[in-house]
Amino acid sequence: MSKLQLSVPQIKEIHILQRTKEKLLGHNFLLFVTIVLFIVMYLAGLIVYKDKNFDNLQVFLNLLISNSGLIITAVGMTLVLIIGGIDISVGSVVAATCMMLAAMMERGNIGALPAILIVLLFGTVFGAVQGWLIAYLKLQPFIVTLAGMFFARGLTAVISLEMITITNETFKNIAQYKIYLPFGGYLNRKGVMVYPYIYPTVILALIVLILAFILLKYTKFGRTIYAVGGNEQSAMLMGLNVKRTKFIVYIINGFLTTLGGIAFCLNTMGAFVELAKGFEMEAIAATVIGGTPLTGGVGNVFGTLFGVLIKATIETFVSFQGNLSSWWSKIIIAALLAFFIMLQSLLVMRKNKKSRAKGLYV
Amino acid sequence: MKSLISVIKRVTKYQLFLPVICLFLVLIINLIQTPSFFHITMKNGVFYGYIIDILNRSSGLIIMAIGMTLVVASSGGADISVGAVSALSGAVCVAALGTDEVYKMPYFASILLALAVGLLCGIFNGFLVSFMKVQPMVATLILFTAGRGIAQLVTGSFILYVKPKNFEYLGSFIPGVPIPTPCFIAAFLAFFTWLVLKKTALGMYIQSVGINLKASRLVGLNSRMIIFFTYVFCAFCAAGAGLISVSRTASIDANNVGLNTELDAILAVAIGGNSLAGGKFSLAGSIIGAITIQALTTTLYAMHVSADQLPLYKAIVVVIIVALQSPVIIKLFRSIKSRLFQGGLVKEAVK
Amino acid sequence: MKDNEILTMRHISKNFIGVKALNNVDFTLRAGEIHALMGENGAGKSTLIKVLTGAEEFESGEIRIAGIDHPIINRSPEEAQLNGISTVYQEINLCPNLSVAENLFIGREPKKNGFIDWKTMNKKAKEAFDALDINIDVTLTLDNYSVAIQQMVAIARAVDISSKVLILDEPTSSLDDSEVEKLFSIMRKLRDRGLGIIFVTHFIEQVYAICDRITVLRNGELVGEYEVENLPRLQLVAKMLGKDFDELSEIKRENSTVMDKDSNILVDAKGLGCSGIIKPFDLKINSGDILGISGLLGSGRSELARTIYGAYKPDKGSLQISGNKLNVRAPIDAMKAGMAFLPEDRKEEGVISDLSVRENIIIALQSKRGIFRLLSKKEQEELTDRFIEILNIKAADREVPVKQLSGGNQQKVIIARWLLTNPDFFILDEPTRGIDVGTKSEIQRMIVDLAEQGKAVIFISSEVEEMLRICNRMVIMRDTSKVGELKDDEITQENIMKSIAGGTAV
Repeated sequence: MSKLQLSVPQIKEIHILQRTKEKLLGHNFLLFVTIVLFIVMYLAGLIVYKDKNFDNLQVFLNLLISNSGLIITAVGMTLVLIIGGIDISVGSVVAATCMMLAAMMERGNIGALPAILIVLLFGTVFGAVQGWLIAYLKLQPFIVTLAGMFFARGLTAVISLEMITITNETFKNIAQYKIYLPFGGYLNRKGVMVYPYIYPTVILALIVLILAFILLKYTKFGRTIYAVGGNEQSAMLMGLNVKRTKFIVYIINGFLTTLGGIAFCLNTMGAFVELAKGFEMEAIAATVIGGTPLTGGVGNVFGTLFGVLIKATIETFVSFQGNLSSWWSKIIIAALLAFFIMLQSLLVMRKNKKSRAKGLYV
Repeated sequence: MKSLISVIKRVTKYQLFLPVICLFLVLIINLIQTPSFFHITMKNGVFYGYIIDILNRSSGLIIMAIGMTLVVASSGGADISVGAVSALSGAVCVAALGTDEVYKMPYFASILLALAVGLLCGIFNGFLVSFMKVQPMVATLILFTAGRGIAQLVTGSFILYVKPKNFEYLGSFIPGVPIPTPCFIAAFLAFFTWLVLKKTALGMYIQSVGINLKASRLVGLNSRMIIFFTYVFCAFCAAGAGLISVSRTASIDANNVGLNTELDAILAVAIGGNSLAGGKFSLAGSIIGAITIQALTTTLYAMHVSADQLPLYKAIVVVIIVALQSPVIIKLFRSIKSRLFQGGLVKEAVK
Repeated sequence: MKDNEILTMRHISKNFIGVKALNNVDFTLRAGEIHALMGENGAGKSTLIKVLTGAEEFESGEIRIAGIDHPIINRSPEEAQLNGISTVYQEINLCPNLSVAENLFIGREPKKNGFIDWKTMNKKAKEAFDALDINIDVTLTLDNYSVAIQQMVAIARAVDISSKVLILDEPTSSLDDSEVEKLFSIMRKLRDRGLGIIFVTHFIEQVYAICDRITVLRNGELVGEYEVENLPRLQLVAKMLGKDFDELSEIKRENSTVMDKDSNILVDAKGLGCSGIIKPFDLKINSGDILGISGLLGSGRSELARTIYGAYKPDKGSLQISGNKLNVRAPIDAMKAGMAFLPEDRKEEGVISDLSVRENIIIALQSKRGIFRLLSKKEQEELTDRFIEILNIKAADREVPVKQLSGGNQQKVIIARWLLTNPDFFILDEPTRGIDVGTKSEIQRMIVDLAEQGKAVIFISSEVEEMLRICNRMVIMRDTSKVGELKDDEITQENIMKSIAGGTAV
């Protein structure tokens, strides 16, 4: 129990270093762990896989390219987790998105851009329905989004049981449009200067990240999200509109999930029923490993970016080890998630013990 | 009129009302679609018929629903890893037996091994929920994803086939017995569970912990162990269902065994009249709920809905049932009821 | 409204169904004053505050605030804030994951170009705290700080939003002495700024340390408004308990059955305490004792009992039951040592609402026997029926869910539950609350019977007369310490109140 004097000298005398320590060991502890983990992993990769050109900038950029959909979806998931909810339907929604795009463009003769707009509308409405059930009917987010997951997966199958490949020209052009970076060039085997490139989806993902960051840090709505996630009762008593905030978060999440689905579709150029199975797990894992605890109130979208990068790096390593089945990356990520969940739980238990032990045996 | 209302009130309050009505409706629809629905014939010494088929195929779900009921009752949460755990157990069993003409290890040993794997999964889930205080559905989310991955590793990502004929006894028929084996297993598990719940204080303890955790602790119950046990048991049931599944097809397809069964199990518990928030529970209700779902699946198949499309409809049903249990809706109903009731009283007074 | 008055409430009445919560109550708060609002259970304190802050409506009366010409009616806490009244509750209603500055400003953050201006927010927060002489880093999240500081943040926020009336509802319950001192210095600063502070509390010493005036309520009615320096402690206690000081009759214990003076020490607590909840105490209870615990609400009566049972895990001292050292890690340990505990809040901690009457009655005994030795249905039914008869429990059937019973009958079910375990040592916390008069005396008689059988009983009741009637020993609590013990003939109303009041009595 801290003894309080008239001023609080221990805070006064804290060095910058200690204050940094306090800031790090507070809510940002987990983010700190994540960034360190990623750096360590990447450095290890640079050493171990030098022969596979791991140090090529393009390799890093490919991580971003193939995961741009995940980044966008995970940003939505970050918002949902901060407010204390969860959404396990995102994988199925991404699959439904891809299937809808494919069906509309290939079978419905709808142009790429209208199809994209329709799909975004679908995602927004889907998010609104889930949000309404959770915020206003006060149903448990897990059950609602579990049902949402099965609904969307079933919807994918209802649209088409067979695989559809996308041949739409506009869509293909967007997907294959290379944006070359003005730096990082290297000489390839033929002696030609090759510059690394990215796709528009990466730019989109970065824009989403930045917008989300600004929303969370610099708008009243964003701060309300943190407040509601931290202590819903207090937020309400402080005059914040808890229900509406939750509702809107799920709408944004629905929109971002389908946006991510569109990016995903640009990568896969097709859809089938089993698409994106386990994607929700990746989104949750990326967010949690990125420092956003499942209990809410804390979170950082850039941490989520690192979470995605860690997942992508693990997958790359596993693929480099030719003899390992790709299932290993899923298992490793699940194990990492379990580790981070337990770590978060321990931190919470430690905090509860510190505050007075009122009440029954915990 | 008043006595009719009170009879209706009493009947609807009866816990098994919801599952029985649902089952009744589904059976009627089935009967309308297929007049021969209730026919049972005997061919090659075994029973055949739609009803038999439903009972057979629902056995796995019944077993899972029994486990899920206890988890929901004690902790107000759900175990969504059951599908993955069943796949994993099935994979372990088949991989242990091998794909040769002869088993690589004794048949019963492989079964025990598979069940042990299920127990381990349950211990993992129970540990996270009971001791680390992680939200149940989050804790079980881990095995939900990792479980199938591990199963794939165990099978080497192949679909494995078991050659010896007697492997199929578990999933279909034991020679000379007209009733499918899974029905026996489900019935036995149901009976055994009922026995333990009723003949020890466990049934009461689980309900008590689910209704009022604080009061339960104050009267000396070890709530942590009780909740832990229900998760272990649920995974054990999932393992059993997995064994039935692989035996039925004499193979393991780690991607498909137990697919979507987590939603079915939760739905069965909900249709069974059990509150998803925990507390009092009825095994009979969940069992009837499981059979109902299987019958519903048959109906939808007959309407040419494919297996992959089923979840869409089930999801809607789940949402409706859960919404009806929402405190907001219940409050709304109560105020409507009291307003109607008051109106009724006024009518009486005016008479 | 007089010149220096900042808030007046006149003729306030409020009814709940069948209960008159407030009956024609007046309350006056002056600018630059710290005013204590005191009263026991059911006095109407919290209702008065709720009516003032808009959490409840009131039926008649008038509230006026300085600076507003017409009477005001607050329909919500937000509206009350707009009118200049803010409240800080016992539970810190802030968000621990947000920074101190943010907690201060959330909902009204300073903005620049449409975006939140963190720099200005942090600066203004620092200024607000400096003005209260609190030196903290406003950019750290709230959960880095102790409860005391969190409370000050809550106060700073309240005062920043509205600066006429500040209501502090039990602010010192979780603070230690130095933290209380710091809180008082802030309160004085605010008072000097002209704020009117309503200080709702049970702690008599604190009232005398910092308040200028006291308003006492009892049973929904105004007893009176007094200046602190003119009201001696004993008179204050008397007014709260409704006893006229001059008419203190020597109500002795009615219980005249000769108690076997068997000094068989059943419970021996030495230096037993739980940090932040109850200060260390020594207590010896003999078999055959009926020990009452007296004290004002919040003085620690329940806490003492719960610490002995182990519901609050003691972190100091030792406990012996029947000569055996007891280390209670879970209630089952206490039960096996022969203890029984009837909690104060039967709804939250007693009744298992959806289980039947039968199950609720036998569950403690079952728990003691263990999971495998299930009582047969017949045994359960017999035991249940026996106790339904003994305690006259009115239930349609022993199988109905216990939530269908009235409050009093639910209480009887819980009493039956513990009687069934045949303990040596009973702790009964408010066993007669919410029970009709006839049953109350039944229960009292039952307690005496238990004592005559050689059991030890701790009996806590808000009604002093009850305890006087049957207790042969009394422990007095004040401000979470055990401050006195009375035996046999020493147990009189006057002695009890003197001990509660403490300090200089007259």
